[in-house]
Amino acid sequence: MSVNSVFPQLEQLLPRVSKPIQYVGGELGAVVKDWDSTTVRWALMYPDAYEVGLPNQGVQILYEVLNEQEDVLAERTYAIWPDLEALMKENGVPQFTVDAHRPVRAFDVLGLSFATELGYTNMLSALDLAGIPMDSADRGIDDPIVLAGGHASFNPEPIADFIDAAVLGDGEEAVLEITGIIREWKAEGRPGGRDELLLRLARTESIYVPRFYDVDYLPDGRIQRVVPNRPDVPFRVNKRTTMDLDAWPYPKKPLVPLAETVHERYAVEIFRGCTRGCRFCQAGMITRPVRERSITTVGQMIKEGLEYSGYSEVGLLSLSSADHSEIGDMCSGLAEQYADTNVSLSLPSTRVDAFNIDLAQELSRNGRRTGLTFAPEGGSERIRKVINKMVTEEDLIRTVVTAYTNGWRSVKLYFMCGLPTETDDDVLQIGRMAHEVIKAGRVATGTKDIKCTVSIGAFVPKPHTPFQWAAMERPEVIDNRLRMLKQEINSDRSLGRAIGYRYHDGEPSLIEGLLSRGDRRVGKVIRRAWDKGQRFDGWSEHFSYARWVDSAAEVLPEFGVDLDWFTTREREQLEVLPWDHLDSGLDKDWLWQDWMDSKSEFEQDDCRWTPCFDCGVCPSMDTEIQIGPTGKKLLPLTPVAGLRTPTPAHTH
Amino acid sequence: MGGQAPVVQRIRLRYAKRGPLRFTSHRDFARAFERALKRAGVPIAFSQGFTPHPKISYASAAPTGVGSEAEYLEIGLQTVVDAAQLRVALDTALSPGLDVLDAVVATEGGGSLADRIDASKWRIELPQVETQVAIEAVAAFLAAEEVLVERMTKQGKRVFDARNPVVFCTVTNESGAPSEANAAPCAIIDLVVRQVTPAVRPDDVMSGLRVVAGLEPPVPPRVTRLAQGSLTSQGEIVDPLDADREDATIGGR
Repeated sequence: MSVNSVFPQLEQLLPRVSKPIQYVGGELGAVVKDWDSTTVRWALMYPDAYEVGLPNQGVQILYEVLNEQEDVLAERTYAIWPDLEALMKENGVPQFTVDAHRPVRAFDVLGLSFATELGYTNMLSALDLAGIPMDSADRGIDDPIVLAGGHASFNPEPIADFIDAAVLGDGEEAVLEITGIIREWKAEGRPGGRDELLLRLARTESIYVPRFYDVDYLPDGRIQRVVPNRPDVPFRVNKRTTMDLDAWPYPKKPLVPLAETVHERYAVEIFRGCTRGCRFCQAGMITRPVRERSITTVGQMIKEGLEYSGYSEVGLLSLSSADHSEIGDMCSGLAEQYADTNVSLSLPSTRVDAFNIDLAQELSRNGRRTGLTFAPEGGSERIRKVINKMVTEEDLIRTVVTAYTNGWRSVKLYFMCGLPTETDDDVLQIGRMAHEVIKAGRVATGTKDIKCTVSIGAFVPKPHTPFQWAAMERPEVIDNRLRMLKQEINSDRSLGRAIGYRYHDGEPSLIEGLLSRGDRRVGKVIRRAWDKGQRFDGWSEHFSYARWVDSAAEVLPEFGVDLDWFTTREREQLEVLPWDHLDSGLDKDWLWQDWMDSKSEFEQDDCRWTPCFDCGVCPSMDTEIQIGPTGKKLLPLTPVAGLRTPTPAHTH
Repeated sequence: MGGQAPVVQRIRLRYAKRGPLRFTSHRDFARAFERALKRAGVPIAFSQGFTPHPKISYASAAPTGVGSEAEYLEIGLQTVVDAAQLRVALDTALSPGLDVLDAVVATEGGGSLADRIDASKWRIELPQVETQVAIEAVAAFLAAEEVLVERMTKQGKRVFDARNPVVFCTVTNESGAPSEANAAPCAIIDLVVRQVTPAVRPDDVMSGLRVVAGLEPPVPPRVTRLAQGSLTSQGEIVDPLDADREDATIGGR
């Protein structure tokens, strides 16, 4: 069965919508294959607007890994803005891929990458537009397998009704294994229908198929247990870990859009995982252990990535880039290689110490200086002990002043509000610290021409972290603290003028909290909110707190619970959490102990430099820390003179 | 600030925006073109100053959503290259649908690209519009002395005459079928418009057809710029690159 492009119909709608370029594809690196000469076909979706979704590394990596397989076709689809959504419904145009404008329903798999839970309503819009039944139970043999991945899939229970399966952890190898299972099942003539395919996926023990598990509840609303409802699926589902990042140097051919997107750079992950142990950080907990990419692979990827893409910015990404065992040599080597070019090199937000300024200084040797961002996260020394962000006020002031004396005029400081045990005073100290930073900076530089920006958002407790048991703070309390902080910053007009202030309201975070730690009952709330028109939850102009509160109030009472129960309630040690059957490798007893340590303001070291503290990941997942140094250095690049005929922009 | 290498050669390009990529805005194209220069290793010259910009200047760009066979730009280079090789390298570096069609070395003292462009030729395809309906609407439009239309411009809503700058407007169904060949009717209008301020674009002429004859196409028209250049007294449009070609040594077309 061949599949036709919907472009002729879509084309007539595009002149009537904003930014039509986001729907037409045509990126460098896009792949269009012949439908009939492939056997397994994936539609990959990042459930947010194209401008946010296109740069996503996860999708780009899987897109490339899948398309490298000869008989596999992977295309991409993104959330459709309400203006086009309405026109598509009116004109019967289904959710399509941007690569070849094929209808999403025709694919074997619809794989969604959930970096955050705020994409859930966009998934429902996409299913609806695609003509795929919204409930997994209603789907037939010809519907795609709806598969969730990304960090949010470590608790997919709130979307258990809508997805068919979820993958926890790294995707590179998982997508190939899933492809193999589908390929075989199709070759055998699709025996046993959809259930048989899902069963084969579940038997891998690393793909979670919600329909094979039942959840029982206690009379008070808590979960009693989550158990398989058939004998041939595992009690617990494991996360995936891709070891040896040098063997997976993706993206090699990054997608370069025509439309303007949030990041326009070649991004290379210099390592995956983090053992800093910040207690609020889900990414740091669920991506353990640390696995470094070697300095030489990083150098090679950047060289080829820049040649391929034509980008002039490089981001050296990871959860804590300065911790790479060869970061010094990497930065000086890259600075040397790109000294006479217009390429700008940057490290993302970094921990607070002067070493980072040396690195940033090194990277800006060719005059292309990028911003400096530090993330102390908490305003008081006490709260930083609670969250295990080991930095003293003295460190912070010294570091920022060093940045000023090295020529940075402005730095950004990131904080969170609503952390466990937080008081008003913990937040107000952010203001006092910012004052000290500016005062010390003025003294050190002898000029008033220095600035800092305080950026603060509400804390959302996440599954598989020591704060998974924590109560969230109420939005009014958060908003009040944010207001007080603003007053505190401006209490000294001279200093206040040098301090920028950006904040995010508490209300969206409370809903994110509901979606993060919810169970299957929250799925009904998502559905209700979507029915009421909720879309694009990550966009303030589309997010409606009232709509979510109303939806929760309409749906949850029948289960004897409410919005507060999921968000502002602290959990007990023995409570069964909705994600307990999903194994991130972290030992629940260790997490609890870390939560207790947090309350007593006891800090935890990093196992990269100190002995193992038994978080449980390495032994249970049979993995290990992979770090250098390799002792290798980056060699000078030989400039090639004259015109090149580059790799064709598009592959057919 | 280190000085930038001087411009030793200027090359003028004609390029097309085709198919789905006609939805590329001018800003989108400009970003893609700068990346293509890098991918193709073009020795582009940069402006002086704290943030040097590549030396690229564009002739008036077709509106977003309008296809074009005749967009023009000029680049300044710090090393001399072969124009034909440059065309191939840039064409390969850009996505299919953004196609570099022609490249010539600009002759010194020959005037700027803008000096050689005073009119555009457009084709408007009107799916689901009967040819006869279009013929009558165009006749009414041409018969009018003045056709006032309004459009939102950067300066706010403006009312202006869409009739006067129109040099030529006719319904032609012989040259080329609509892009999706099917049995449904599709009127095709060929249009030559002089460049004036405010610019009169094909959508303004469509507004004019609505004003004079009530023509309301059921689906959005599909518009392509076929040519731009200087208008001869016979109503032909001369490719602005021809002058450089004639002045250049041998070859030409």
